[in-house]
Amino acid sequence: MNVNAIREQFPILHQEINGHPLVYLDSAATSQKPRSVIDAVKRYYEWDNANVHRGVHTLGSRATEGYEAARAKVAAFLNASSEEEIVFTRGTTAAINLVASSYARSVCGEGDEIVITPMEHHSNLIPWQQAAKATGATLKYIPLQSDGTISLADVEATVTSRTKVVSMTYASNVLGVINPVKEVAAIAHRNGAVMVVDGAQSTPHLKVDVQDLDCDFYAFSAHKMCGPTGIGALYGKKSILSRMEPIEYGGEMIDFVELYESTWKDVPTRFEGGTPIIAGAIGLAAAIDFLQEIGLDHIHHHEQKLAAYAYEQLSAIDGITIYGPKEGRVGLVTFNLDDVHPHDVATALDSEGIAVRAGHHCCQPLMRWLNVSSTARASFYLYNTEEEIDRLAASLQRTKEFFGHAIG
Amino acid sequence: MQLDDLYRRVIMDHYKNPRNRGTLDNESVTINLNNPTCGDRIALQLQIEDGKVIDAKFSGEGCSISLSSASMMTQVVKGKTYEQALELAERFSALMKGEEVEFEELEDIEALSGVNKFPARIKCATLSWNALRKGIEQQQQS
Repeated sequence: MNVNAIREQFPILHQEINGHPLVYLDSAATSQKPRSVIDAVKRYYEWDNANVHRGVHTLGSRATEGYEAARAKVAAFLNASSEEEIVFTRGTTAAINLVASSYARSVCGEGDEIVITPMEHHSNLIPWQQAAKATGATLKYIPLQSDGTISLADVEATVTSRTKVVSMTYASNVLGVINPVKEVAAIAHRNGAVMVVDGAQSTPHLKVDVQDLDCDFYAFSAHKMCGPTGIGALYGKKSILSRMEPIEYGGEMIDFVELYESTWKDVPTRFEGGTPIIAGAIGLAAAIDFLQEIGLDHIHHHEQKLAAYAYEQLSAIDGITIYGPKEGRVGLVTFNLDDVHPHDVATALDSEGIAVRAGHHCCQPLMRWLNVSSTARASFYLYNTEEEIDRLAASLQRTKEFFGHAIG
Repeated sequence: MQLDDLYRRVIMDHYKNPRNRGTLDNESVTINLNNPTCGDRIALQLQIEDGKVIDAKFSGEGCSISLSSASMMTQVVKGKTYEQALELAERFSALMKGEEVEFEELEDIEALSGVNKFPARIKCATLSWNALRKGIEQQQQS
């Protein structure tokens, strides 16, 4: 994998921030976009823009073809068995909310259970809290081990015959942990529950095969995998999706409308009320092409190397705490420096052109489990290099000295 | 951009030795506020008599900017009437917008003017002042 050639394709990376070359280490929040994705969106607006599934005219056909081709591309990318299993959404959050609002609320009742973990992003936590409240179901948590991983024995102990839904992130946006979702799905199924996988942090970095995982739902966002913001998708097994009611009503999703009754289109259009995110879908398709051309295996391997290197370089700094397991992590390192607040760390790094995230990472329960109010996080993608990690480590050393002097 | 522009010595002094950190025994009002972007929290307590802030203390977690700002705010607000305190809060907002304002009452506060150039950090600096506003509004309503 030629990282320099890859970097050339990302226009945004070639700029200075505060007088230093940009080091972008916040891809877990959102990735940067290659020229091919930017061009695909531009070309769509300049040549093909029209509403989909309506117009008889040529542009309408082109837009529809582009949008539906994107759906087929996503289906193949995830190895879904048909494109009818792909619902376009605004992103992971909207996808999980769709499952929680439509599926979970129809199958859960008093005494039933929804099972998640404390490491979930708020977008895979609050929808289930609300679904549990609305249905009288109990929200249960699989406990975390001391290194932030989960054990299958705990999954077995938590999931029961009353469990209707198990939902879990494939990869943690804070701990970097990769969860054994395939094994968890098998446990869920043995107990008669469905398995929902939050793929926001895995889809950009790992080869995903939803049939192999045998999950019932899988959600992801385009913007973390070189695609545009505002688009993502929900994969759902057709047998389950076709039993689900829509949660948004309007144009596009209807079959036949009368004054007092209406019927819905088949899946997946039933869940896509209103004019869809056409340009976003076309940009997502371009992002999938881009990633597949490089190869998800190569990308994953590159990030594993970067994560291991970052773990080693950062561990050498006196007074640093790194969260999560050393092995088996996606390309991110979450940390704190003793006596320096992560906000101050992030501002200090930014003054040297290095972009990291500071805060609770939309994981307040996990922050409480870690016993911190917030952390800093450096996250890597296919365009990052070991030299950038060297710059991060050197800048952290200076940050420590600056605040050490300032408050020492 | 130099870090010293933001983290002036007086700010780091308030961060290292925060004034009025703790809790009051006879508070009139307690305001809990979060900085939703980072999860930091402040609990501000005010003791109020005859429409005046007699004492103020804060507790909670935060970065150097939010803690030093809280330290300065609790220092300057003591002895102020509601109107005077709210006027100070207004002036602090103006400072965060980059306007040239003075704090003769406590010149330390002017050191926070550099925050204006760090838009992501303005919420840190204003957290304690927002708590003050909220506390006074609650008192005025009751």
